[in-house]
Amino acid sequence: MNYDEIIPKKIRDIQPSGIRKFFDIAQHVPDVISLSIGEPDFKTPWTVRKEAINILERGKTAYTANSGLMQLRKSVCGYLHDFINTDYDPESEVIITVGGSEAIDLAVRALIEPGCEVLVPEPSFVCYSPIVRMMGGTPVPIVTKAEDKFRLTAQALKEKITDRTRMLVLPYPNNPTGAVMRKNDLESIAEVLRGTNIIVASDEIYAEMTYNGIKHVSIAEIDGMKERTLVISGFSKAYAMTGWRLGYIAGPQPIIKQMLKLHQYCIMSSPTVSQYAAIKAIEDCKPDVVHMVEEYDMRRRLCVKAFNDMGLECFEPEGAFYVFPCIKSTGMSSEEFCEKLVYDKKVAVVPGNAFGQSGEGFVRVSYAYSVQHLETAFSRIRDFLKEN
Amino acid sequence: MDKNKLLDLLRQNARLSNAEIAAMTGETEENVANGIKALEDEGYIIGYSAIIDEEKADDSGVTAVIELKITPIKDRGFDDLAHTIMEFDEVDSVYLMSGAYDLMVTISGTSLRNVALFVSERLAVLDGVLSTATHFILRRYKEKHHIFNEEKYDDRSMVSP
Repeated sequence: MNYDEIIPKKIRDIQPSGIRKFFDIAQHVPDVISLSIGEPDFKTPWTVRKEAINILERGKTAYTANSGLMQLRKSVCGYLHDFINTDYDPESEVIITVGGSEAIDLAVRALIEPGCEVLVPEPSFVCYSPIVRMMGGTPVPIVTKAEDKFRLTAQALKEKITDRTRMLVLPYPNNPTGAVMRKNDLESIAEVLRGTNIIVASDEIYAEMTYNGIKHVSIAEIDGMKERTLVISGFSKAYAMTGWRLGYIAGPQPIIKQMLKLHQYCIMSSPTVSQYAAIKAIEDCKPDVVHMVEEYDMRRRLCVKAFNDMGLECFEPEGAFYVFPCIKSTGMSSEEFCEKLVYDKKVAVVPGNAFGQSGEGFVRVSYAYSVQHLETAFSRIRDFLKEN
Repeated sequence: MDKNKLLDLLRQNARLSNAEIAAMTGETEENVANGIKALEDEGYIIGYSAIIDEEKADDSGVTAVIELKITPIKDRGFDDLAHTIMEFDEVDSVYLMSGAYDLMVTISGTSLRNVALFVSERLAVLDGVLSTATHFILRRYKEKHHIFNEEKYDDRSMVSP
């Protein structure tokens, strides 16, 4: 059977994630220590796990409403009210999704058709462009630069807007750079977008992880932006609940209503046990989040200093749990650097170009690891730099 | 610098260097050194020691927890006897307890017999000691947040989004 004939070209042409490609290399090297993981090293807080056990014991295992348990939707809306000063109607303006990933997928599928352009600041998470292409849309990268602290500027945005632009993905706090958009940055982006028909898909999955006393601001909070913004977030990163697969999307009712059909036919409803547990997470786990963020912050400082001391210039990230040091001084490409490092010194970091061409010359280092683990990796990287 | 932050970090790992603590907290190394010195001078930190798996280090050694009921002395309470007991080299720790007994004493010795003899010949005979109950530790699972014989594994996949 010629499978190529039956699998549409548009699907065959999708490239596997660059992160994945590097994983395939790293996993064949024995005793590798990894700085490549994009998920917390903390366990889900015990109160949340215990709640899930309770729910299982009580046999609450049926489907929920398509858009999620009403109690959870109310909790999420209450949380968004407190956290980003934005009010959503739990009846009609929020869907509980299978992770932030499904929320991104819904946003793109509900809004993008052939001919549409979607603006994607890069470097950024790997899933936006492939989904846009699957819908027949055209992803348009906007390069962000270290000298702008990897923030999206109004100027760069304006240059890429055409009459075909349907959506702007706003992935901040950013994976892989750790960049954060401050309120004034968002004001100037909003200035460009108000009065257009461009929808902002604001991926705020790392919103709770901001440092240096900076509080996360959502573009939905800016005047005139709520009606053109989809807020995407979830429980994976803030509550260390990656495997529970639970996220949400909040936005204008007419869009949410359309998305709900996609979600209903594809997912039915998000995992029930996870939903009950998530209610507990919002109710009880604020201190856990604060504790985890304090821990990340200490490691973040340690990483920034370590890389700068090594001579790999490292921008100080203000969010997420990654640092994004520049490796251009080694004369190697990102992929050469990462492959050589993993073979020679058994340390895995992710090549920056996995997150878009503008990530070339950088590597992504996760600090979701113990201090001891980080120190071991740093000493190996120091040796590597001496030898190369 | 923040006293509690410093205590937290040292509680987790007392072997962090001043440079590491400085980087982690955004303080200067000098501030960290001064902060630790102040904690030592003011008696917040009374010493440093490693958490050792004694079963590995000395597999014939034994540790016992001894419950002591004692008679408090007028105006002095339990302090006099506690001080007498803590002077013995064999004694690791002495705590005044609420509940069914008064002092909890932990003792390390080279054998069950030595520890039992120590209790009967040195502790039980002290003036004011009413009774003793000796419990030997059979296995250690966790101490000061550190887990013994922990399998160090990371069940996250090596590379992820």
